[in-house]
Amino acid sequence: MDVVLDNLDEFLGGMQGTVVLTLVSFACAFVLGVVVAGFRVSPVSPLRFVGAAYVNVVRNIPLPAIFILFYFGLPNVGIGYSRFTASIIILAGYTGTFVAEAVRAGVNSVARGQAEAARSLGMTFPQTMRTVIVPQALRTVVQPIGSVFIALIKNSAVATVISVPNLTKSVERVVTDTAEFTPVYLGAAIAYLLLTLPSEQAVGWIERKVAIRR
Amino acid sequence: MTAPVLADALGPRGRRTARIVSVVTAAAVAAAVTLAFHRLRDNGQLDADLYRPFTQWAAIRFYLVGLLNTLKVAAVAMVLAMAIGVLLALLRLTRSLVLRVVATIYVEFFRGLPLYLLIIFSAFALPNYGIDLSLMTALILGLTVYNSSILGEVFRAGILSLDRGQTEASYALGLGYWQTMLLVLVPQAARRMLPTIVSQLVTLLKDTSLGVVIAYEELLRRSQIAAEFFGNTLQSVAFAAVLYIIVNYSLGRLAQRLEVRQRRRLGAGAINVAGAGEDLAIVAAQGEAGRADR
Amino acid sequence: MPRCDGPRLDGPSLDGPRLDGPRLDGRRRDGRRRGWAFLPLLLALTMVAAACGDSDDDPDTAGQSGGSGELRPTFAADSTMAKLQAKGKIVLGTKFDQPGLGQKNPLTNAVEGFDVEIAKIVAAAIFGGSVSAANSKIEFKETTSPNREVFLENGTVDIVVATYTINDARKQRIDFAGPYYVAAQDILVRADDNSIRSANDLAGKRVCSVRNSTPAQRIRTMVPSAELVEFDTYSLCKDELLANRTDAVTTDDAILIGFASENPRALKVVGNRFSTEPYGIGFAKLPGGQPDESFRTFLNDVLEKSYQDGSWKIAFDSTLGKSGVTAPQPPAVDRYAAGAAVTTTTSAP
Repeated sequence: MDVVLDNLDEFLGGMQGTVVLTLVSFACAFVLGVVVAGFRVSPVSPLRFVGAAYVNVVRNIPLPAIFILFYFGLPNVGIGYSRFTASIIILAGYTGTFVAEAVRAGVNSVARGQAEAARSLGMTFPQTMRTVIVPQALRTVVQPIGSVFIALIKNSAVATVISVPNLTKSVERVVTDTAEFTPVYLGAAIAYLLLTLPSEQAVGWIERKVAIRR
Repeated sequence: MTAPVLADALGPRGRRTARIVSVVTAAAVAAAVTLAFHRLRDNGQLDADLYRPFTQWAAIRFYLVGLLNTLKVAAVAMVLAMAIGVLLALLRLTRSLVLRVVATIYVEFFRGLPLYLLIIFSAFALPNYGIDLSLMTALILGLTVYNSSILGEVFRAGILSLDRGQTEASYALGLGYWQTMLLVLVPQAARRMLPTIVSQLVTLLKDTSLGVVIAYEELLRRSQIAAEFFGNTLQSVAFAAVLYIIVNYSLGRLAQRLEVRQRRRLGAGAINVAGAGEDLAIVAAQGEAGRADR
Repeated sequence: MPRCDGPRLDGPSLDGPRLDGPRLDGRRRDGRRRGWAFLPLLLALTMVAAACGDSDDDPDTAGQSGGSGELRPTFAADSTMAKLQAKGKIVLGTKFDQPGLGQKNPLTNAVEGFDVEIAKIVAAAIFGGSVSAANSKIEFKETTSPNREVFLENGTVDIVVATYTINDARKQRIDFAGPYYVAAQDILVRADDNSIRSANDLAGKRVCSVRNSTPAQRIRTMVPSAELVEFDTYSLCKDELLANRTDAVTTDDAILIGFASENPRALKVVGNRFSTEPYGIGFAKLPGGQPDESFRTFLNDVLEKSYQDGSWKIAFDSTLGKSGVTAPQPPAVDRYAAGAAVTTTTSAP
């Protein structure tokens, strides 16, 4: 236990890293995912192609590989992001694909009759999407996107590969320096559970709140 | 002529807008690709030396054996995780409170931790408690423990989605709890959950790449070793990425086809996203369970 | 009621309103599945790769015990050397990603480097035959900083020659022969960077090293204000240095010299060495915790002989020496008394 207290700055720094990475990446991923989902259902075929290519390529590559490719590839394309910024972009880009797929499936899950009714009332495509389809789709999509959020909390650990501060990196450091395994790993496990378990509860709560009672 | 549902077939103005957007998008993509190409070339990333290793069979073989290791680890971990997952699901549905609690603790504990942490724990911490595992075993252990908790939930939701009549009939025939489960319910649940399970396999395959942090020679680590030797990090990892894409994309399509077939049989399916965050598999499973109740 | 033949919103993947577009199940017009051949082809290639040619564990012809006509030394019956002879091979733990010291060659699946050459000298001394043929008697396993002691203790490897620094903490768990080389931690910087001339100059700078390695730890303790970045391999650090995303790379000078010689115009080694790193051959204690004295004596003898008969210098020149560095004087081996906490006395080259 002393180990944890002695290295408290390291752990708090790591915790902060994990939380910030998760929250910021998720916000970006959400926006990105909705936009890409829009691309994939749009009538403009280059947009559909871009969306499909992006989703099918990124979600089939393991996250550590994406980290290495993107971060070490950047200087060669003339962009010099910091490790932290690059992590945000990578995590957002990766998670965004799953958000996009979830949203797309959510849109698909809305009964056809809704769209038909909206069309027959003379609504245009953007109006239909905005007022009829998307609100209903979002309700279906709360659980999957919540799961994606929780997965992101755990995926933030992969940022250790490019040495970005997060809880797992702090664990590695402290264990290497002190060789005290049990308290450090246990502490880290509890810390992660403190993030993931309440998130699960929160997602369930949100889902119940927006559920459509028929 | 088929009419799209979300919007009418585009009229002249709509078509024009669509065409403008098409052209703009295509131009933007072309511009980005050209720019990237030039920058890469200026930084020497298009030099032949960096690509020469890929013309040698010995080098390609090096990567392929890495892929083989990846597949080996994934296969073993998947089988074990499924077996343990079934067991966990059954434990969570028994009448005994103790067993239920134990299984629930296992599931909630391992589901909430990053796989990275579990893997480095298996490889570097366990030896200090006297448990000496080879790198491959440590990787398999981490993957199994994590995925068994996910699959446990998947199976549980699958079992719950089955008609009560199945259970009642089994009990009426005099079958006990375990017999009912193993002979009647689990096989049906497994069939129903097959698309989700294949999806989870895709995720698992990607997660084997975490072997790189314990220096196990799966595909990604091998690409790192090769990169160190030939000095071509980008090209090496990109090649590995292509291999991953081929394998995962094919599996993802398989999962999709399975899901379409399920849907035809059982009605609209849950949201099944191949290779997604693992918890999506659970959600998909719960979606099945929920749907069956209506 | 007319049936709408449009794409169903709840049908298979909706990829946008289609008029007479592609089939929604992704197949080609003639019903064949697109791109179906990729995966089977890849799997077939993988099987071929595994079958024909070396698997990742066994290098060529490992495991044959002694050819006819080779002069095999004889050892006391219960000694480790005799046991290894009987086994027909020696399992070596070494690094796979350190240029010049222990680096796996993907083309041959053999590991090359100074550490490997030392191991080959040992193998030749056990199995007889020449050093250059000793490769066939060695089975290579990759060891990284955290698992070296573990692999020795549980018998996964017989010896570890892997930039393995001799220190007292490790002597609690395993034993060392040597040192066979004394490296020192040093710093690699860009050739035009004159602001870093010693470890202390790293304060506030960005420093790169390998994750959880000893050099990384040392910088953390010595210069806490340095911004330490850790990656998986040193060449990634070197790339970062060249791309100006870090200011220094730190590890044992043996490795840094190799990088500098590949890039003499862009990189330079600071040359202000701090901390000595005596590399030793690690091996396990006997079951029961007693040191394996006979093995250590044997190994130390082998090392000293290699200093005298030139094989050590040949080993150095063919690996680390290729970067243009002249071979230093080999260090005196330290035959420390069993159980005593010893400060290794070596002559720094």
